[in-house]
Amino acid sequence: MSEDLRERFPEAEWIDSHDQDVVRIAPDQLLEFGNVVHEAGFEVLADVTAVDWYRTRTPRFDVVVNLLSMQHRRRLRILVGVPDGDPVVPSLVPIWPGANFGEREVYDMFGITFDGHPDLTRILMPDDWEGYPLRKDFEVGAVPVQFKASHQVN
Amino acid sequence: MTDKTIDDPEIEEVDLWVSGTEEAEWDVYSTDEGAQKMRLEETGARLTEQLGSVVTDDYDLDDIITEDERMIINMGPQHPSTHGVLRLQLELEGEMIRRSKCVIGYLHTGMEKTAETLTFLQGPTNVTRMDYLAPLHNELCFSLAVERLLDIEVPPRAEVIRILMTELNRIASHLVAMATNGMDIGALSIMTYGFREREQILAFFEKTTGLRLNHNYIRPGGVAADLPPGWRADVSDICDTITGRLTDYEDMLKENPIWVGRTRGVGVITAEECRAYGITGPTLRSAGVPWDLRKAFPYSGIENYEFEVPVGEHGDVYDRYRVRIEEIIQSVGIVRQAADAMPKGDFRIDDRKVTPPPRHRIDESMEALIHHFKIFTEGFRVPAGETYVAIESPRGELGCYLVADGTGKPWRMHTRAPSFYNLQALPIMMADSVVADTIATIASLDPVMGDVDR
Repeated sequence: MSEDLRERFPEAEWIDSHDQDVVRIAPDQLLEFGNVVHEAGFEVLADVTAVDWYRTRTPRFDVVVNLLSMQHRRRLRILVGVPDGDPVVPSLVPIWPGANFGEREVYDMFGITFDGHPDLTRILMPDDWEGYPLRKDFEVGAVPVQFKASHQVN
Repeated sequence: MTDKTIDDPEIEEVDLWVSGTEEAEWDVYSTDEGAQKMRLEETGARLTEQLGSVVTDDYDLDDIITEDERMIINMGPQHPSTHGVLRLQLELEGEMIRRSKCVIGYLHTGMEKTAETLTFLQGPTNVTRMDYLAPLHNELCFSLAVERLLDIEVPPRAEVIRILMTELNRIASHLVAMATNGMDIGALSIMTYGFREREQILAFFEKTTGLRLNHNYIRPGGVAADLPPGWRADVSDICDTITGRLTDYEDMLKENPIWVGRTRGVGVITAEECRAYGITGPTLRSAGVPWDLRKAFPYSGIENYEFEVPVGEHGDVYDRYRVRIEEIIQSVGIVRQAADAMPKGDFRIDDRKVTPPPRHRIDESMEALIHHFKIFTEGFRVPAGETYVAIESPRGELGCYLVADGTGKPWRMHTRAPSFYNLQALPIMMADSVVADTIATIASLDPVMGDVDR
């Protein structure tokens, strides 16, 4: 199956990461690739997440999609590089409806927009939160401490 | 005495905002506040999502109904039967649920961000607090990911201890699921039964790890301490108690007409929907799919034990309860096998890069003292790389995606929380059913909000 995929997507870069199949593809090929591997038996989308390579790599973000095939007992991981200036990737919800929450979480935490997602809103943070917490330039402990000027009993 | 009247032009007009009096064109849901709320009218993909009819359209409520008969109500986040701080928005037509949406994030504490500031040795203290009903599974998953990046193998005794402890944890977690499921429906005796037996397991955990919950026991390189003296008697005592009392649970629930009436045919989900939504664990197995990561992608030598994967048939609340009970029986079997097979030897790897020196060496050697200090302050370095490790937690596929950049702390640690993905099943299960069934449905999904929000 992977031979077939290699022929259909010649630009895709195949990586062996600790005996796991990893493929790196361009954002504009993600939907087509997703459809092909879905047909090939990867019927479960296990997880969607992202990595921020702030000041270490370009493009800055990697969107990581972990796929699972129950019939073939195999896993496949897709990495998609996303640039800082215009962080947009096509949504995988039309192929795997279960990508819904995962993509919302990535949007919430990294500010990466998923084009075609039915309900792209923040999921874990409050609606009016500013910034994207899991970005590397979002400081830990940046929330001001409340009530610190309150009366203290000695 | 003033003689100002309401018509007096000197009185300034107060700019008050009254709820529900927005200007006609103003869409309150597009603003920063309330974007996650359920809208009064939904269309397109969002509507099918909330009706739970994305994969199979089994919705058969009458859609020609006037607006007056519909009502959106909030359930939670402070509702006793939502198992934490889950908030649901339900659109009702009388007693029937038309669409539903879960709003989460009330327990979000940013543990994935915290993980980036902790060393690999401190990592388990963080992940153990995610799924607080199955802390040992979280620790195991994280440790396996670190070990894969380090390319080390733990000694056989450590592996067997890990299996023994996680399977005991699975029993404890399923007992809570059964207990709370009963409690939510009104079967209060089963609640006391479930927590009583769980207490015995937690007492053993306390004896072994020092804590009842949040153990930090399974660490990269092995486990923190050897099993305590007398563990064999304790474990066999636990196994005997659970198997003996299972008959009590069966007497109480299995053919209880009230229980069966409240759970049969309630909260149904099909195998196809489970696969499309990435729903795993007892929920998937109750729909008839014999999928268990312990069989499919074995870890920690679980392939050496004999056990079966129980499956249901209808994918309803009753089947999920049955699957959990059967899994308790299977886990008791694994625990017994692990106790019998317990090999002698080290309980953690004899690799000084990962493991601190033994206690007696610290007293006699300056180097060992320095080494001990360094490993607990700076931690150990993990070669750059990325990996995804998944294990079968009581709630489904628990995954850890770990990225290391060659330093002592992870560059990125992401947990694939089973409860988080399983929550997507709620609209499918709840649409087209009565309000009273929501409680049974949520309980049967067994979500842990610490796991959902992380």
